[in-house]
Amino acid sequence: MAETQEQIRAMTPPPVIIDYTRQPIVVVDDLHIVYKVYGAAREKGSGATALARVLRRKDRPQTTTVHAVKGVSFVAYKGDAIGVIGTNGSGKSTLLKAIAGLLPPHSGGVFTDGQPALLGVGAALMKDLTGERNIVLGCLAMGMSPEEVKAKYQQIVNFSGLKKGFIKYPMRTYSSGMGARLRFAIASARTHDVLLIDEALATGDAKFRRRSKAKIEQLRKDAGAVFLVAHQLDVVEETCNRVLWLDDGRLVMDGDPKEVIAAYNEAINK
Amino acid sequence: MRGCACNKLSAMSHPERPGSGPAGSLTAPPAPQGKSGESLAAFAARHGLTQSSARPPLGQYIRKVWDRRHFIWTFASSKRAAMYTSSKLGQIWQVLTPLLNAGVYFVIFGLLLELHKGIDDYVPWLITGVFVFTFTQRSLTTSAKAVGGHLPLVRALHFPRATLPLAYTSVELQQLLISLVVLVALVLACGVAPAATWLLLIPVVLLQLLFNVGLSMIVARLGAFTRDITQLLPFVLRTWLYVSGVIFPVASLANRSETVRDNQWILTLMEANPGFVYVELARQAMIPSYVTQTNPQVAMANPGLLWVYAVAWAVVVFAGGFYWFYRAEERYGRG
Repeated sequence: MAETQEQIRAMTPPPVIIDYTRQPIVVVDDLHIVYKVYGAAREKGSGATALARVLRRKDRPQTTTVHAVKGVSFVAYKGDAIGVIGTNGSGKSTLLKAIAGLLPPHSGGVFTDGQPALLGVGAALMKDLTGERNIVLGCLAMGMSPEEVKAKYQQIVNFSGLKKGFIKYPMRTYSSGMGARLRFAIASARTHDVLLIDEALATGDAKFRRRSKAKIEQLRKDAGAVFLVAHQLDVVEETCNRVLWLDDGRLVMDGDPKEVIAAYNEAINK
Repeated sequence: MRGCACNKLSAMSHPERPGSGPAGSLTAPPAPQGKSGESLAAFAARHGLTQSSARPPLGQYIRKVWDRRHFIWTFASSKRAAMYTSSKLGQIWQVLTPLLNAGVYFVIFGLLLELHKGIDDYVPWLITGVFVFTFTQRSLTTSAKAVGGHLPLVRALHFPRATLPLAYTSVELQQLLISLVVLVALVLACGVAPAATWLLLIPVVLLQLLFNVGLSMIVARLGAFTRDITQLLPFVLRTWLYVSGVIFPVASLANRSETVRDNQWILTLMEANPGFVYVELARQAMIPSYVTQTNPQVAMANPGLLWVYAVAWAVVVFAGGFYWFYRAEERYGRG
């Protein structure tokens, strides 16, 4: 009985309600994201069968397509802090990447004011290099000029709170918490129109988490809108004024954090 | 005007927000997808919002790439620094690798197969060829993975993707500059006197750089969507090495092979290929005795024609490669 209600929820997404009194900053319109994954399954049989497959012009069996986001629509306004919740694999991160314009839509569209930025500079860093060099590299990767990097450098070092001397060591010698702190410090050095944060608060000790929460609060004020993907529902409830609940790539609920989180908790605790 | 459009829109498909919040949405009829899509896009357009994954126009794209020049160069230096951190000799490998390469070719082709007959300065001739050709070879090999090997980066940050093959070519350019210092030292050690023609190496390397960037873009796009390119490329590059006269003079083939003697167009074709063009120009710049020798076995290609080829290859491949890479800009990171 409860499950069928779940299914009905999943099948019929909440209608998009436009608030004409506010300035929209992100409009997501019936968005579908489909991507290919290579090497998901092991190839069966020998080289001869593989050759036969090539000759018959069939697609590789290890290429699988993933339909990660299935028709999501919503409007985000200036000043919104939107939490995105859902179980693992529900399409949260994919949705953020699509908003950032990093995954092209299969159909539908994402319309934004300015360039949304994902707080994910970690991918540009090299673990064999010192923290110093990674700060410069990361800032340049985000599109900052060398002068800006110079101006922000000390601020980043201070915010990361690394033990003295560690900034001169290669990043591979850092503990995972230290690495996460440096990454977050670099990523948050720049202000953005739309900021997308994916699990940035999951690592680090209590002290750093407190500091990064304050930082996010500040980023939210500077930015037009903030999207936050997190599994810690208390963090979402504290920081956000609106929550999207995704399940299997579909939007289940969109609204007040308390209500949505309560409904989400009820659903997953069944 | 504006208010008018609003009313029309809201009347069309969007009911006012119910006071009860989204819980009430369960009972509300779902908006028809087609109609809702239409008006959402129109609503976005009316507020000046744009598609975030759309490809920028070419001029703007080039400007964006130019803005990232510091990133490209820093990325290249960082990559080069990180490359050898786990080996004991560290950065010395940057010098050692080209030297060992030249050594291998010298032992096999110079000493054992005696391909050096007729070339006075075979060692400088060989290492110039190997170092210059390696620049193109390595640019291609590494650029094949420039986009495909950085999917996490491509999926995390917004930047013109052309910076990736450009950065990889820059790594190889930096490596070449180190190699050229080694080359000058070796050529001097072999008894070749410094000459003013050495300065010609600068335009040769610049033209080759343009050519390499263009070709790297092509390979990077191929590699981003078809991973098999990285498997195939070593064979293509080895064939290219042999037909470019890096190890033995192309002209000597006429004496070695009857097929080539009877079909002179093979030689013409080999001498027009960019691999040969840049290698040959670098040799003519570095080794004065090579320019003045008259041995028909090593008959030197016409320098005027070589420069025409060098400029043509550089311009056509650079412009074509860049444009072709740019055409798929919004699709990188999808597969």
